[in-house]
Amino acid sequence: MRVALFVTCVNDTLFPGTGRATVRLLERLGCRVEFPEAQTCCGQMHFNTGYREDAMPLALRVGEVFSGYDAVVMPSGSCAAMVREWYPALGVEVPSGVYELSEFLVDVLKVKDVGAYFPHTVTYHPTCHSLRSLRVGDRPHSLLSAVRGLTLLPLGGADECCGFGGTFSLKNPAVSAAMCTDKVRNVLDTGAEVLCATDNSCLMHIGGTMRRERAGVRMMHLAQILASTEEDPA
Amino acid sequence: MSSTFVGMPPFPKAASRAVGDAQLRHNLRKATHTIRDKRAAVVAEQPDWAALRAAGAAVKTRVLRHLDGYLEQLEAAVERAGGHVHWAADAAEANRIVIDLVRATGETEVVKVKSMATQEIDLNEALAEAGITAYETDLAELIVQLGDDRPSHILVPAIHRNRAEIREIFRVAMAAWGRPAPDDLTDDPRALAEAARLHLRERFLTAKVGISGANFAVAETGTLVVLESEGNGRMCLTLPETLISVVGIEKLVPTWRDLEVFMQLLPRSSTGERMNPYTSMWTGAAEGQDFHLVLLDNGRTKVLADGVGRQALRCIRCSACLNVCPVYERTGGHAYGSVYPGPIGAILTPQLRGLGSELDASLPYASTLCGACYDVCPVAINIPEVLLHLRAKVGASGAHKVEKLTMRAARRVLSSPALLAASQRTAGRFRRLTPRRLPGPLAAWTDTRDVPAPPPQSFREWWASREEQK
Amino acid sequence: MSSRETILARVRSALADIPFAETPDAVPVPRDYARTRTGPDLIELLRDRLVDYRATVHLDTPVAELARARGRLMVPPGTPDEWLSGVDVVRDDPPLSPAELDRLDGVLTGCAVAIAETGTIVLDGGEAQGRRALTLVPDHHLCVVRRDQVVRTVPEALERLDPTRPLTWISGPSATSDIELNRVEGVHGPRTLEVAII
Repeated sequence: MRVALFVTCVNDTLFPGTGRATVRLLERLGCRVEFPEAQTCCGQMHFNTGYREDAMPLALRVGEVFSGYDAVVMPSGSCAAMVREWYPALGVEVPSGVYELSEFLVDVLKVKDVGAYFPHTVTYHPTCHSLRSLRVGDRPHSLLSAVRGLTLLPLGGADECCGFGGTFSLKNPAVSAAMCTDKVRNVLDTGAEVLCATDNSCLMHIGGTMRRERAGVRMMHLAQILASTEEDPA
Repeated sequence: MSSTFVGMPPFPKAASRAVGDAQLRHNLRKATHTIRDKRAAVVAEQPDWAALRAAGAAVKTRVLRHLDGYLEQLEAAVERAGGHVHWAADAAEANRIVIDLVRATGETEVVKVKSMATQEIDLNEALAEAGITAYETDLAELIVQLGDDRPSHILVPAIHRNRAEIREIFRVAMAAWGRPAPDDLTDDPRALAEAARLHLRERFLTAKVGISGANFAVAETGTLVVLESEGNGRMCLTLPETLISVVGIEKLVPTWRDLEVFMQLLPRSSTGERMNPYTSMWTGAAEGQDFHLVLLDNGRTKVLADGVGRQALRCIRCSACLNVCPVYERTGGHAYGSVYPGPIGAILTPQLRGLGSELDASLPYASTLCGACYDVCPVAINIPEVLLHLRAKVGASGAHKVEKLTMRAARRVLSSPALLAASQRTAGRFRRLTPRRLPGPLAAWTDTRDVPAPPPQSFREWWASREEQK
Repeated sequence: MSSRETILARVRSALADIPFAETPDAVPVPRDYARTRTGPDLIELLRDRLVDYRATVHLDTPVAELARARGRLMVPPGTPDEWLSGVDVVRDDPPLSPAELDRLDGVLTGCAVAIAETGTIVLDGGEAQGRRALTLVPDHHLCVVRRDQVVRTVPEALERLDPTRPLTWISGPSATSDIELNRVEGVHGPRTLEVAII
């Protein structure tokens, strides 16, 4: 299967480890992964902030760059939601076969046990766009539950937004921080070593707050945990 | 819409103040979580909820797409049943109509049932100027009126007050409005409710004019519907000789049968009950009452004219979106600077009033786009979609010049893989210089959070080097 | 131009995007929600739901027996005599003022329909129900529900109701949730709702 990785600009620039983990994971599962180097950004930041004119060329680029693949895999729930849910609002055709990582694994590759090993306690934050736009449901949980050595701890108030919201965090910093404080408390209450999500932007927000508070919980994208093995632990 | 909130700061400023109020945060958190859980439980009880929701949305869509015909049908039905119908293009006209109707009765006092429409047009203030005293009779509205306060929630206008604060308001202010609070008043909710009962009892029994809104108006039959809990609604709707109902033109449903959908959707979404304690339905001059229906536009036709924004007029004012909103939970309703707070307010207010003021232009940004509001909306208003639609209008207006330039610059970089790669390399090279505090608008980030240092190697660099080694 | 004409003109111009030939019925309304359901026994369900909202419920207790215990009761026209044996009855003839109603011990009525799923009783001003104030001002409402008046769902109830009559839907005693979202029973309407299912 010829799979294109749409790594997203945030992961490309700030969280390349997530991209590398996604490649490792997909190749381990037998996919031929390609990284179309002409890719940049899905346009979500522009679109969500009200600059459709600027989002438009970025969206058109996505359509061009990612045509002709069996599947386009995105290690980001919110970027996948941007492409699938909002490109029509821009009048841009949605490229076929766009999947958020957990959807691709469970629905297309039909795997739940990806052969990972990660001997740590983990709690999972379902990010808003993966939860309510993409409706990935319990796919991430079923993937994490099958990881050897991993203990999945339930997160209180899991479906509540962390307060990131892209430029919301800059435009309404007080509310954003207040929401994050509650999220952080819920994460700490689990006692987990690791907080996992499908969006690094949300993890950057929660993690940035936690680091400021020296909370010592590790932020990890789902791809990093699923890529982890005994031979090559994350 | 009214001008009462003119001078309000934009949302982020007011919100920031609210977030700093520990008492308010505590009151709101407790209240919104209580009702959120109640709603979830009674909705889960209803196996056909999704079908009801789809029907509710469709019925409202049908009404809106053919509103002119339905308004005429409603008017004819109400008049056939002995009622009088008045049309008000804006708040001033609606207030004038009501004042004239009250004056015609010779009365100088009216009792009121909680109504968003009359809040929206500042009817009480207009009546006061005309020498007419309006007594709010809903417990929460009474708390707001006695406290010289503003409502902060659609269903529970005094949600920002806790029992101790309410006791204090009753003790201090009740006497000026009528029967004083008992000397030994405690902050037990039962005692507070009893104090309100005693305070209003005499008023109800002697009132000659009642003023209400309506939850629904059935075009086919001319039937008006008011849902409530306390019985103050029944008191105001049935005891006075004259009843004046101010109703937004979007409140219509086509047929009697359509109520079977909304009488299931609204109570469960609103108070989280299978059914609210009391609902009154009447058609025209019921039991010989002198009945006047005032149909209110006041900006609604502007909303109707927007093909995307129009769906906001489906709203049945249940307030489920407020109760589930993580932003509303932290800020409360006052920060929204409108009688319509929360997610629905963030899309309704800027459409009713326009995006002209700094406050109104800030409302579409008062959301993380988390989508919880859309999930719970009983008439499936896609609130995130309308928020984004309104943001596009703000963005295109050029109101935020620096932001617009920044976005344009970012687009330029992101439109070129080479430029993106170059900026990634630069950031990587100076990664050790990543400051703990960022400058300009980005300081809002580093006030409470660390920034991740850029990695030494971007993903695309890693990929390129890997490809080379192959 | 009158405001009526102004508003209607504004509506029409706002709807300029709607195809001229579209009729209201052409806007589809999916009606695949439940009109009725199977489930627990209707009467049991009604009782549970009424009790859940703090109404007092009696099954097959003679109405007169319940009524006698309540003092002076307002009794609307059309009330069956068998409900009234030995009851201290007040008639609304000539009509009582609100203040006079307020001094009564309670009111005894029948109903038009009762909805089991929601614990709701609907009055339509017909036989044994009277005008709306009668069940509003007195502090105690004893309401008689015949088994054949009970339906399961809201849609079934609407089918039986006549919109031209003034309708009052009652689900438990009056209540408020305005203080910290805590439900408190007993505000302006009757503080006690007693239901006799016969």
